[in-house]
Amino acid sequence: MNRQASRLIGTLASKIFSRPNPSAASSSTLSSPSRHFAAAPPPPPAVFVDKNTRVICQGITGKNGTFHTEQAIEYGTKMVGGVTPKKGGTEHLGLPVFNTVAEAKAETKANASVIYVPPPFAAAAIMEAMEAELDLVVCITEGIPQHDMVRVKAALNKQTKTRLIGPNCPGIIKPGECKIGIMPGYIHKPGRVGIVSRSGTLTYEAVFQTTNVGLGQSTCVGIGGDPFNGTNFVDCITKFLDDPQTEGIILIGEIGGTAEEDAAALILESGTEKPIVAFIAGLTAPPGRRMGHAGAIVSGGKGTAQDKIKTLREAGVTVVESPAKIGVAMLEVFKQRGLVE
Amino acid sequence: MRGSLGKLVAGSLSLAGRWQKQQLRRLNVHEYQGAELMSKYGINVPKGVAVSSVEEVKEAVRSGFPNEKEIVVKSQILAGGRGLGTFKSGLQGGVHIVKTEEVADIAGKMLGQILVTKQTGPQGKIVSKVYLCQKLSLVNEMYFAITLDRQTAGPLIIACRKGGTSIEDLAEKFPDMIIKVPIDVFKGITDEDAAKVVDGLAPKVADKSASIEQVKKLYQLFCERDCTLLEINPIAETSDNQLVAADAKLNFDDNAAFRQKEIFALRDPSQEDPREVDAAKADLNYIGLDGEIGCMVNGAGLAMATMDIIKLHGGTPANFLDVGGNASESQVVEAFKILTSDDKVKAILVNIFGGIMKCDIIASGIVNAAKQVALKVPVVVRLEGTNVDQGKRILKESGMTLITAEDLDDAAEKAWNSESPPK
Repeated sequence: MNRQASRLIGTLASKIFSRPNPSAASSSTLSSPSRHFAAAPPPPPAVFVDKNTRVICQGITGKNGTFHTEQAIEYGTKMVGGVTPKKGGTEHLGLPVFNTVAEAKAETKANASVIYVPPPFAAAAIMEAMEAELDLVVCITEGIPQHDMVRVKAALNKQTKTRLIGPNCPGIIKPGECKIGIMPGYIHKPGRVGIVSRSGTLTYEAVFQTTNVGLGQSTCVGIGGDPFNGTNFVDCITKFLDDPQTEGIILIGEIGGTAEEDAAALILESGTEKPIVAFIAGLTAPPGRRMGHAGAIVSGGKGTAQDKIKTLREAGVTVVESPAKIGVAMLEVFKQRGLVE
Repeated sequence: MRGSLGKLVAGSLSLAGRWQKQQLRRLNVHEYQGAELMSKYGINVPKGVAVSSVEEVKEAVRSGFPNEKEIVVKSQILAGGRGLGTFKSGLQGGVHIVKTEEVADIAGKMLGQILVTKQTGPQGKIVSKVYLCQKLSLVNEMYFAITLDRQTAGPLIIACRKGGTSIEDLAEKFPDMIIKVPIDVFKGITDEDAAKVVDGLAPKVADKSASIEQVKKLYQLFCERDCTLLEINPIAETSDNQLVAADAKLNFDDNAAFRQKEIFALRDPSQEDPREVDAAKADLNYIGLDGEIGCMVNGAGLAMATMDIIKLHGGTPANFLDVGGNASESQVVEAFKILTSDDKVKAILVNIFGGIMKCDIIASGIVNAAKQVALKVPVVVRLEGTNVDQGKRILKESGMTLITAEDLDDAAEKAWNSESPPK
């Protein structure tokens, strides 16, 4: 309670002396923006989403779109509309449906989208959201052809307005404020640990464990298992390092690629004192076989779990060998650093 | 040569190397199929005919190679190292250069036999077809590959003026000989790009502009057919100044199967683990391993982690199996059947954390499977997530003898302890 109080005072103080100050704005744990600035937009979220994020669903009338939009509404996410070509003008789950993202954005003032569109059309859906200049696009779809994603990635790199999370990911959740994706909301608890992961269900394990040890989560980002994706560990860790609500970080990696190594380099360079715990899946995976995720292949000696574990440990990260010990490991480091009694 | 890329550890080639040893979920095609595809694109390949029987050989030689004195006879299996492999029958080498009159004889010794190479594993792979190839007089052997590179987030062409089996040594000793040309996906391959590649290959006699055209055609194939890797080692110059793809390895993106029906029809199930063939039919993501604890998990990351934790507790995973988020009850039943049909399996561990996957669907699947398949081994079930209470209730009410576990540690521990003793 002391922690919350001092954060509150700190933020109030900076508002009293405020100019638009990016670092004050990012302590988005406090509620509404000051009444003095009624016309000003809310400060941007610390880690991509918060309770102010207004979300449309591309593919809302499909089976997955329907189920997960219902769940999102139930959770309290600000779902404001949906997009299904040819169904514009109708209503679904009490929300207006539009033919295009641009129309949806204009009418609903949405700033984010979640995509539940089948693989043959998903890349085009992402491009449409990018062209409409949404702040955030979360693509859940698994199975998008790599050649399509390569084009999406090339287009993403040419602009700075839109961030893509995914594809082939469970989504992003700020517990208690905004759930965009397929994760079961009930296992989460607003709290102190940021989680970033390539996996879906393995992330739920980490969430479950951190909830059970009483730490809770600040924001959880599933970056997905594809080799060509919009957001990587480095992008998320950068946000976590600056977010006062995120006091500890959990990184869940797997074999294949070099994303974990890049994260280790960033962590080392940052000199952060925030506790960081990691688990790398696939230590026992046989080389040369693709373990589910398109991005999870060890070949030519590169992308092994052993290399990633070693590099992360050299950066001061606590790497656990058992996926069942992620939560207790974080609690342990919190205790060591005097962050819990 | 086929498959040599896998050993390249040098940073500059780690990207192409990454794709080398995949099987299955990234479609791999036989050499003769790759050659056929390439020649459709106007890419120079050695003249060749694939045959499945000795009877076909005589006709193939007569009509395809009327003037040749020697022909290369190549076993067609989906693995590298054929040249140095050994047949279970005793015949040494999966690739032979023989006089025309000896072709039928050597083909007869290969067809229907099992070839074991460094890459097949000790069980080897069956040779259902052999490829009769023109023997080329090669002036120079180079290396060429196209892959999708994570760093440049796009197609990357790799060229080296020296190819053949020593490429791995070269990559370590002379990394500067390896030229990498990233291609802009929106512009496509420009003449300038292709010229850079040809300069990297540094052909001695082949015509430069003809070579540039060959490079562009290779890139076209790579893009139009959703390849994830196109590796030609060696790409060679013949004595009549042509650039020829003397041996090629092509991998295709599984995610593109819906729009590459022709390519995916080339899949050869005889080269795959039969358990995996069954799993693919049921649209299950399954990889057979050698251990004793069969796993059924939702989510690739969790599935890998489950394998890891089984090992930590002293057990050995029998497989990787991701039922995915949208699995139906019938898929769960199929998955169970595949797991229980594996003789090595002494216990089954079901670890489900439902997000999209609902626990009640899994539970119903397990109960139905148990009705259809005699469960001879203990089954440990750990359920969590969406609809967990319904799931647990379905299992309880089924009356099945199941061991329930609360968390990952508990599940792995119980699976290991419950393994039926050897019969």
